[in-house]
Amino acid sequence: MPQRLAAPRTGGMIALAAAIALLPLVLSNNYFYDIAVLVGLNAIVCVGLNLLIGYAGQISLGHAGFFGLGAYGSAILSSRYGLPPLAALLTTTCAVAALAFVVGRPILRLKGHYLAMATLGLGIIIFMVITTEDKITGGPDGIAVVPFSIGGFALKDERIWYWVVGALLLLAVWLALNLIESPAGRALRALHSSEVGAEVVGINAADHKVMVFVISAVFASVAGSLAAHYSGFVTPGKVTFLHSIELVTMVVFGGMASTFGAVVGAAVLTTLPQLLTVFKDYEMMVFGAVMMGTMIFLPRGVVPSLARLLAPRRRPDVPGAPSPEAGR
Amino acid sequence: MSAQFMQYLLTGLTVGAIYALVALGFAIIFNASHVINFAQGEFVMIGGMATVSLTAIGLPALLAIPLAVAAAAIVGLALEKFAVEPARNASVVTLIIITIGASIFLRGLAMLVWDKKLHAARPFTGDAPIAVAGATILPQSLWVLGVTLAIVLLLSWFFGRTLLGKAMLATSHNPLAAQLVGINVRRILLVAFGLSAALGAVAGILIAPITLTSYDVGVMLGLKGFAAAILGGLGSGAGAVIGGLVLGVAETMSAGYVSSAYKDAIAFVILLAVLFFMPSGLFGKRGGERV
Repeated sequence: MPQRLAAPRTGGMIALAAAIALLPLVLSNNYFYDIAVLVGLNAIVCVGLNLLIGYAGQISLGHAGFFGLGAYGSAILSSRYGLPPLAALLTTTCAVAALAFVVGRPILRLKGHYLAMATLGLGIIIFMVITTEDKITGGPDGIAVVPFSIGGFALKDERIWYWVVGALLLLAVWLALNLIESPAGRALRALHSSEVGAEVVGINAADHKVMVFVISAVFASVAGSLAAHYSGFVTPGKVTFLHSIELVTMVVFGGMASTFGAVVGAAVLTTLPQLLTVFKDYEMMVFGAVMMGTMIFLPRGVVPSLARLLAPRRRPDVPGAPSPEAGR
Repeated sequence: MSAQFMQYLLTGLTVGAIYALVALGFAIIFNASHVINFAQGEFVMIGGMATVSLTAIGLPALLAIPLAVAAAAIVGLALEKFAVEPARNASVVTLIIITIGASIFLRGLAMLVWDKKLHAARPFTGDAPIAVAGATILPQSLWVLGVTLAIVLLLSWFFGRTLLGKAMLATSHNPLAAQLVGINVRRILLVAFGLSAALGAVAGILIAPITLTSYDVGVMLGLKGFAAAILGGLGSGAGAVIGGLVLGVAETMSAGYVSSAYKDAIAFVILLAVLFFMPSGLFGKRGGERV
């Protein structure tokens, strides 16, 4: 039993659940709850994105596009066409999954910087469509979104949102950890180290890459839908190239191939801009410097680097290889 | 109809030449280090903004332009020395984030040094349009095309005929082997960043009189330059130039004939379409994957 608890799957889940349960003790007002909800939503996106980048080794610089499609899909279906929010969310999620499935196959044939460019292009195309089709999306001004409600019960309070998002984050982490431990997860890690090698042992690399791409798009889309209902308003600001970069930075900052790292990265980089407002005019410079500094000094990300410091040295360092035991 | 076509073509080539210069910067750094430098657009911004502010304090253009290019080159060298060099062995994604961090830092710095406003630069030689085959062209566009052509020729001479240029090519093919024959690979990296930054600055200076400049012009120009470099095939000089011109013309034509709101989107759709059929761009190296 103690061994089972120490395993990242159970131990980590318990630690995360405890953190979510205990956090309200220090959240003294609605502003802090608001930030905590944003952290949770970003963390859900990052847990999905980490499956794609950290485990399968496929970069995406366009995930803000999927987040945006989720947000706008829910916003338009629920606020303009009067669908119940839950139905709007499910319809949007299915549509985004279908889109990711269709574009995933040709895009994921590309490698390295070409893949980075293609996903970046996809994100920008989605952004352009959203800002240009202003009759439906409200263009650069955005549109108002009705509050989330199930059977007449409307979710409005930050505190209730906190528990909903916290529970969904736990679910997302649990799904991600299970996927990683499954045969499919092992296949993803295999094709990360060598695609040819993975195919030689009978793994259909293309199918697995598309699968994880669709999963990460779905995570982003659901978080986007919830974010739209939560803030009551969507603007194209969350669909920009810069937001895609922020998401990737969160994943890499926390530590690639570390699900809890993705959560930590989302937490740190979502709260950082709030703290940096004290720097006023220097805010952008400090943010850029923090990004550079952490990547230069902790190229593996915060959580794996810390885990390496704390854990007894059991296995030799393999440069470049994601260490499987590091705080998954 | 044909005059209209001619007009779009000339405008497209002008924009495309700028993309080509930015793309060349991407290609040079990529060849030397296999790093995609997302701060490339910021060099374009520094070139344009520095020229505007130096001429504003009364410096003649002939002095302001070299100073602006030098300023960008120094920033490029500093970027290599303090941000890329310390992270030599980091993964591709980590390096991408470092250069993106650098670009955000530089944009923040530019906002402080200058401001958030749009600035107009003076054209090099007047702004009376010249008639060409039914279309008109600005003298500044001729400068853009002429200087780009001169730079392309200079670069092909540099890489084909000079020792330093050949050393850079050797390093791009195999850094270890280059080091074994006595090439200082670290210095090559520095030269590559300095050269790319200077190219970017030249692009920024050339385009500033046509499109205005501000602290954030680098974002879109950098992305378009990256797109052009990928379209042509990463690391290929000719590919970068042709990729830039194709992207510029495609964008202007789609703005003219299809929809001006979607011109940027159409450029990226074309890019994706090309990549779907030619996964290494138009002139990229094709090769098997080593296990």
